[in-house]
Amino acid sequence: MEAFVKHTGLVAALNRVNVDTDQIIPKQFLKRIERTGFGQFLFFDWRFLEDGSPDPAFELNRTEFAGASILVAGDNFGCGSSREHAPWALLDYGFKVIIAPSFADIFFNNCFKNGMLPIKVSQTLVDQIFEKVAAQPGYQLAVDLEAQVIRDDSGLEIPFEVEPFRRESLLRGLDEIGLTLKKDAAIRDYEERREVFR
Amino acid sequence: MAKTLFEKIWDKHVVLQEPGQPALLYIDCHLVHEVTSPQAFEGLRLAGRKVRRSDLTYATVDHNVPTTDRSLPIVDQVSLQQINTLTQNCSDFGIQFFGLDNPSQGIVHVIGPEMGITQPGMTIVCGDSHTSTHGAFGALAFGIGTSEVEHVLATQCLVQAKPRTFRISLNGSLHPGVTAKDVILYIIRTIGTAGATGYVLEYAGEAIRKMSMEERMTICNMSIEGGARAGMIAPDDTTFDYLEGRSYSPTGKRFQEAVDYWQTLPTDPAAQFDRELTLEIGDLPPQVSWGTSPGMVTDVTGNIPNPEDSSDPVEQKTIQRALDYMGLRAGMPVGEIAIDRVFIGSCTNSRIEDLRAAAKVVQGRKVSSSVHAMVVPGSQPVKRLAESEGLDAIFREAGFEWRESGCSMCLAMNPDVLQPGERCASTSNRNFEGRQGKGGRTHLVGPEMAAAAAIEGRFVDIRNWDRD
Repeated sequence: MEAFVKHTGLVAALNRVNVDTDQIIPKQFLKRIERTGFGQFLFFDWRFLEDGSPDPAFELNRTEFAGASILVAGDNFGCGSSREHAPWALLDYGFKVIIAPSFADIFFNNCFKNGMLPIKVSQTLVDQIFEKVAAQPGYQLAVDLEAQVIRDDSGLEIPFEVEPFRRESLLRGLDEIGLTLKKDAAIRDYEERREVFR
Repeated sequence: MAKTLFEKIWDKHVVLQEPGQPALLYIDCHLVHEVTSPQAFEGLRLAGRKVRRSDLTYATVDHNVPTTDRSLPIVDQVSLQQINTLTQNCSDFGIQFFGLDNPSQGIVHVIGPEMGITQPGMTIVCGDSHTSTHGAFGALAFGIGTSEVEHVLATQCLVQAKPRTFRISLNGSLHPGVTAKDVILYIIRTIGTAGATGYVLEYAGEAIRKMSMEERMTICNMSIEGGARAGMIAPDDTTFDYLEGRSYSPTGKRFQEAVDYWQTLPTDPAAQFDRELTLEIGDLPPQVSWGTSPGMVTDVTGNIPNPEDSSDPVEQKTIQRALDYMGLRAGMPVGEIAIDRVFIGSCTNSRIEDLRAAAKVVQGRKVSSSVHAMVVPGSQPVKRLAESEGLDAIFREAGFEWRESGCSMCLAMNPDVLQPGERCASTSNRNFEGRQGKGGRTHLVGPEMAAAAAIEGRFVDIRNWDRD
């Protein structure tokens, strides 16, 4: 997995609550057997009109958000299905950081497995970011995972929490399966004492 | 120390626990399907890794399969490739596979319990959020992403932080026609779609004790729609009776030994939960979802909400957006909503009791001329049993289509899709925008309510509906 240490980028605002994984990546695109190439389908039903052209009413289609790599959204982002295609699509589109007041568990977990950082920040602070994005075209944030802080260039400073093991994994880009495989002796011990009813 | 059901199972499955770190948790049962697994197997191949316990891994195809005549070839080549990929992966890695031609094939959350693979006290995972279904047996069962599927394939373990516990106690007896589906929709309506995020739910109380295993599965199934990754119900005689004699259940003396252990699992009386909620459900009316999130639910006797009833501008916007998408008028009675399609199926409501209840409603009646209705049994065994009871004939005579087993129009990955603007009474679990097809409008209901809506062409209160 690619490590995540620091990231500075353009912020896109999607001020909606309960953005679900069916919206992030609609089911017709889950048939692929690859991990890559999902960005073109991100938010497909919201992003494109019937004729395939971009829907000007959809937030991410605004010209000022072209090239954004930080997404700010409302409560319960990523709810719904466990499809990891959702973080794959966001990442492939170019997002490295998602900021929201809350996330659905499975989505939150899936992000970390792919070198993408989801950050929980209070509704008040998320609203502040929304205001800044609206007022300042080209608004950027700098996210520092090591220091656990989000900054902008006008003095905003938002500290954030992240569980130590997740932080460590991301900072070092660890291969979690490789780490667990090193615990083989403990797993074998467990299997010997494990009771099975079949 | 007094422990909850969840804590007993968790503690028994901890392989390693280092201070301040998440636990390494052993997984007893890994269920695999075609959509969330190909990239995991590919990852194994790239790293030169094996499947550690193919004997604890079970696979089927359900999400992507057509529900039409199985003797015909699959038209969608991309779907076919995904199905073939799983077939090949199971063969390469020695995994038990219930493929399209297998008599046990069906929705992964229907066939696990049906075959007795799902048992109390187990840890069960699957690359599917509705894995919570298996918690009905007193198992700790939760959905995972593809990276974790790969992790479990390679190590039979998962790195997991311990979630908090939340008990919902349900008191009262349901009115005839009011079902487990109405109860879980009411719970989500009450706690909200993120109400149980970070928690494992335990459903308890007299109402739960009276429920059959299939009703309990319907409840646990939609735990994820309330934000919980897992929902659990303590095992009891209903559970043991269900499991006895199933193909993967222990037999003879081993079964009794298993029951002796399973009886130690229920939450101790003095155990503490991080959160508790008690709900009275004795007067609960049938529930109908009106919006684009599973918390947007109201009584069948109720009205569509008005954005102006909320003082919160974000909520106003959310309600208005949902009304626009759903093509509904604020304040209109639920009973005036006209239906174009009816879908009876999904891992929530496609088991034999669901089909029996729906068949009873439609028996001797005709589907409204304005409605296209279909029944998709959850598995081949459910389908065969229903046919042996003549349910297929009842549905067909009423004008329903009778299909082969699979996830079908719950997520509409296969050709069973709503057209833009079509409105569906659906026994499935999600009413997100576009879930059943782009522009499609989903109303989540129980099986009897869906069946009655098919006959009347609109929602009716099944409690008072004239059943002759």
